[in-house]
Amino acid sequence: MTDYLLLLVGTVLVNNFVLVKFLGLCPFMGVSSKTETAIGMSYATTFVMTLASLLSYLVKTYVLSPLGLDYLTTMTFILVIAVVVQFTEMVVHKTSANLYRSLGIFLPLITTNCAVLGVALLNMYEQHNFLESIIYGFSAALGFSLVLIMFSAMREKLANADVPTPFKGSAIAMITAGLMSLAFMGFTGLVKF
Amino acid sequence: MSIIIAILVIGVIGLFFGALLGFASIKFKVEGDPLAEQLDALLPQTQCGQCGYPGCKPYAEAVANGEAINKCAPGGDDTIKKIADLMGVEVQPLDGNHETDNTPKVAFIIEEDCIGCTKCIQACPVDAIIGATKQMHTVIIDECTGCDLCVAPCPVDCIEMRPINQTTRNWQWDLNSIPVVQLDATSQEKEV
Amino acid sequence: MESVIERIDKGLFWKFHGGIHPPQMKFLTSDKPILQLPLPEKLVIPIQQHIGEAGEVIVNVGDDVVKGQPLTRSTLPISVPIHAPTSGKITAIENATIAHPSGLEELCIKLIPDGKDTWCERTICPEYQQLSKAEIIEKICNAGISGMGGAGFPTHIKVGTTAQINYLIINASECEPYITADDLLIKEHSSAILDGINILDHLLEPAFILIGIEDNKPEAIKALQNATQGIDKIKVCVLPTQYPVGGEKQLIMALTGTEVPSGVLPTSLGIVMQNIATCFAIADAVIHDTPLIKRVVTVSGQALEKPQNVWALLGTPVEFLLNECGYPQQEKKHIIMGGPMMGFSLPNNQVPIVKTTNCILAPSEAEIPNDNQEVECIRCGQCAEVCPSQLLPQELQWSAKAKDHQQLDTLNLFDCIECGACAYVCPSHIPLVHYYRVAKAEIRQQQLLDLKAEKAKVRFEARKLRLEREKLAREAKHKKAAEARKARMNSGTPEANNEKSAVAAALARVKAKKAQASAEPTNSANPSDDASSEKKSQVAAAIARAKAKKLAAKDNNSIAEKPPAEINPVIIDEKIEEKQTLDPAEAKKAKIAAAIEKAKAKKLTTEAKSSTSSEIKTETVTAPSPADAKKAKIAAAVAKAKAKKQQAEQKKEIQLSANEDITSSIKDEPIAEAVTDKKARIAAAVAKAKAKKQQTESK
Repeated sequence: MTDYLLLLVGTVLVNNFVLVKFLGLCPFMGVSSKTETAIGMSYATTFVMTLASLLSYLVKTYVLSPLGLDYLTTMTFILVIAVVVQFTEMVVHKTSANLYRSLGIFLPLITTNCAVLGVALLNMYEQHNFLESIIYGFSAALGFSLVLIMFSAMREKLANADVPTPFKGSAIAMITAGLMSLAFMGFTGLVKF
Repeated sequence: MSIIIAILVIGVIGLFFGALLGFASIKFKVEGDPLAEQLDALLPQTQCGQCGYPGCKPYAEAVANGEAINKCAPGGDDTIKKIADLMGVEVQPLDGNHETDNTPKVAFIIEEDCIGCTKCIQACPVDAIIGATKQMHTVIIDECTGCDLCVAPCPVDCIEMRPINQTTRNWQWDLNSIPVVQLDATSQEKEV
Repeated sequence: MESVIERIDKGLFWKFHGGIHPPQMKFLTSDKPILQLPLPEKLVIPIQQHIGEAGEVIVNVGDDVVKGQPLTRSTLPISVPIHAPTSGKITAIENATIAHPSGLEELCIKLIPDGKDTWCERTICPEYQQLSKAEIIEKICNAGISGMGGAGFPTHIKVGTTAQINYLIINASECEPYITADDLLIKEHSSAILDGINILDHLLEPAFILIGIEDNKPEAIKALQNATQGIDKIKVCVLPTQYPVGGEKQLIMALTGTEVPSGVLPTSLGIVMQNIATCFAIADAVIHDTPLIKRVVTVSGQALEKPQNVWALLGTPVEFLLNECGYPQQEKKHIIMGGPMMGFSLPNNQVPIVKTTNCILAPSEAEIPNDNQEVECIRCGQCAEVCPSQLLPQELQWSAKAKDHQQLDTLNLFDCIECGACAYVCPSHIPLVHYYRVAKAEIRQQQLLDLKAEKAKVRFEARKLRLEREKLAREAKHKKAAEARKARMNSGTPEANNEKSAVAAALARVKAKKAQASAEPTNSANPSDDASSEKKSQVAAAIARAKAKKLAAKDNNSIAEKPPAEINPVIIDEKIEEKQTLDPAEAKKAKIAAAIEKAKAKKLTTEAKSSTSSEIKTETVTAPSPADAKKAKIAAAVAKAKAKKQQAEQKKEIQLSANEDITSSIKDEPIAEAVTDKKARIAAAVAKAKAKKQQTESK
């Protein structure tokens, strides 16, 4: 039990996918201008990452490995992720047309979100079992959501703040992201693996 | 042999997921698009037709189907910004083909010149002109959207667009022209 | 409720959030009695001096009015009249600069006093208890009393509430620096104020009356305590001096510990607040039948030689007051109406005193802050500490600058009372309140626009519905008419035949006329004719088709035609509605003709999308019989040409061949009968005219 909890906290804070592993930076910069959109993106990504790590574990363990097709892992994982993203897109479109529109291109782009493929592959390399895989996927998404929402809240404030002209717009966003990353580095050593 | 197995496995997985998606697309089918309604609510409802569509609603529908968002001249940059927000696209400057003069105006009929042809009444999209055949017409200023559509049909050119008078109700604070000064504490204390 | 009174009796009060202690500066005027001024040379009386709607002017230019005579009449419930402050002549009713920060002009009545100061007839009524509440409220309304503290809300509405009132709060805490008008009024007229409070007590029947007064007015407190001695119901509550304790919500908080929620009127909490000057005006109005025509104004500031409080008639230009108080002619004129915290600079010195003016400030150079440049916000948070409404001023400021109206709404901008405490403490000299004022005005404007857009939409939709309805009604009418005509045609009686030939003649005539008419207007460069000429061409084409049809019908009946010359000329206008003036027989014919015309025109418009189908239809309609096949052929040719032309028009190409087609088809028929010949010629003329018009159009 403690292991699972440690895995969760460790993935959310210490080995944060965005700010420590630098995965999934594209939506991190892209959909963080409004908190509302960021929250929507967080839900979608959480759903995709959890489901993708679950499915990829199943496919890897029960289909590919027994048949000795491990060399097909990456390809199959991409297939799995693409399907899950498509599915998510349909669900989002059905349930929240506004969110669907404001996420725009970033919703289908979850497919190419390296964090998603990253979590599936890392699951494999770390040799997580079924439950660990799910927790790892979920907590990675949780970490992603946490920093995305925090970042978007800051960017909303920055939009109205009197930022010096050379730093306006993306520049100050990058600096903010960098500072956030530095701050998250401070969690190193919190959990010993 | 292993290649065949590999192809088969990938094929089966693909088929399985394909079926899943096919089922989902039926289950989560989206009917109707509330987007046009929401866009319509953002437009200024002048019904002026400057966008090339006969009214605000048709333009809203067109935008929902991919028309450019920068064609609403009466709404100006504010409206474009709102549409961009809603659509999740970049803000664009107003289409260059349209005049950018956005001062709110209303139509005014020079009543002595009016011949009572009713052409402007037919042109008015919001029925803001009253009058009858061979009777003088006049504009209900409160209802006029300033869309300009009645100016062209008038055979005697007796309609002109006049800017809305500024009153204390629609007045906007202009900090540069009126220095509203608060007395400073320190300077007062010096006096005391 | 008891605990509230117990606390007050013990001299304990609640504390509202924030607040500041700016220098009082009240000593400038507080020790001098209220000065009675001579009559000014002229008075400028704005017709709207309160919140709500302006009354209707009931005097004319040139009228002689007496003191106290009403000048406007209140037509709406949220409107109070204004009165002549002195006797004199009305010289103008025109726009003049009013007491508003915009310096805009609004309708004012200009009065030149005659110096006699003659009163209108008044009935003194010391026994106000005898009057019913409605009568007293009417008196208050007719006296033109609106809140004199600053907002100017009509008093009769406030006191006319039917809610159960626990506390009537009398606001005597004049918290803004410099202003001493209420202070002096209490000192000099405490008994009249008590009368006013008693009248309000009679009207509202509150459980307790609390007079909130700051401890920096010892003499006024003493006067009030003396006046209210022995009345248990009235409590004089001496509050510690703090700005802005005089704000409505702040005073309620300080006295009763109740926080008035956002968007809620104090009345619904059982609290009514009245300004002390309003109480005085109510006593004057109810007991002495004196309308609100003058008020105490503090004329202060160190630029003046003798700053003091004065009794100013409403409408007195500010300049007159300043001169009476010794205003030196200095270079940099800067006059503020209202207090230093919430007032606004006047555009000029001719602005009149209105019901809500409590102070005129003429600061010296030293008092005006020396151009403190606004610098960046350093996020010190002092503004949030002093905000009496517990808002977040710096957040508001950023959102106001970014015009983020949604965010401003989330931050409750409209709960800001514009007290100026945040700007006062701001170390960066940011004029925060100004940003809020701008944002508030923008939001209000946006709301107005939204409302207007909504209205326009409704009207547009209604119009669309109406047009649709009318179209359906017209279609139904035409269908009916067509059926009736068909029935008659099939009956084969001589009348029917007559009618038919008459119709033919009428159509021919219309065509001829149109050929002429269409040639003329297309030459003129009037763009509005485009639509109508297009319509005309459609109509002409329709006529041609109608002719073909008619000919076919005739063939079937094989009845000789009558020469068209015998038939009375029928005038057909484009608007059938206007044909009611013709005599019955003609009218009938004309109607039939017009009906055909319209029906065809409509059909054509729908057919225009696929003109090939229209051609086929025309051909099927023709159905030639061997005897008069020639005639039918000509007609068909004409119709075809028209259909072709229609196509051409859509593509906006010149289609001269239509003309040629017609002429050639006519040439092929050398043995045509006279009538047919004539018809063909007319048709050709029409076609020519059309071709010409097309040419001009394409140019």
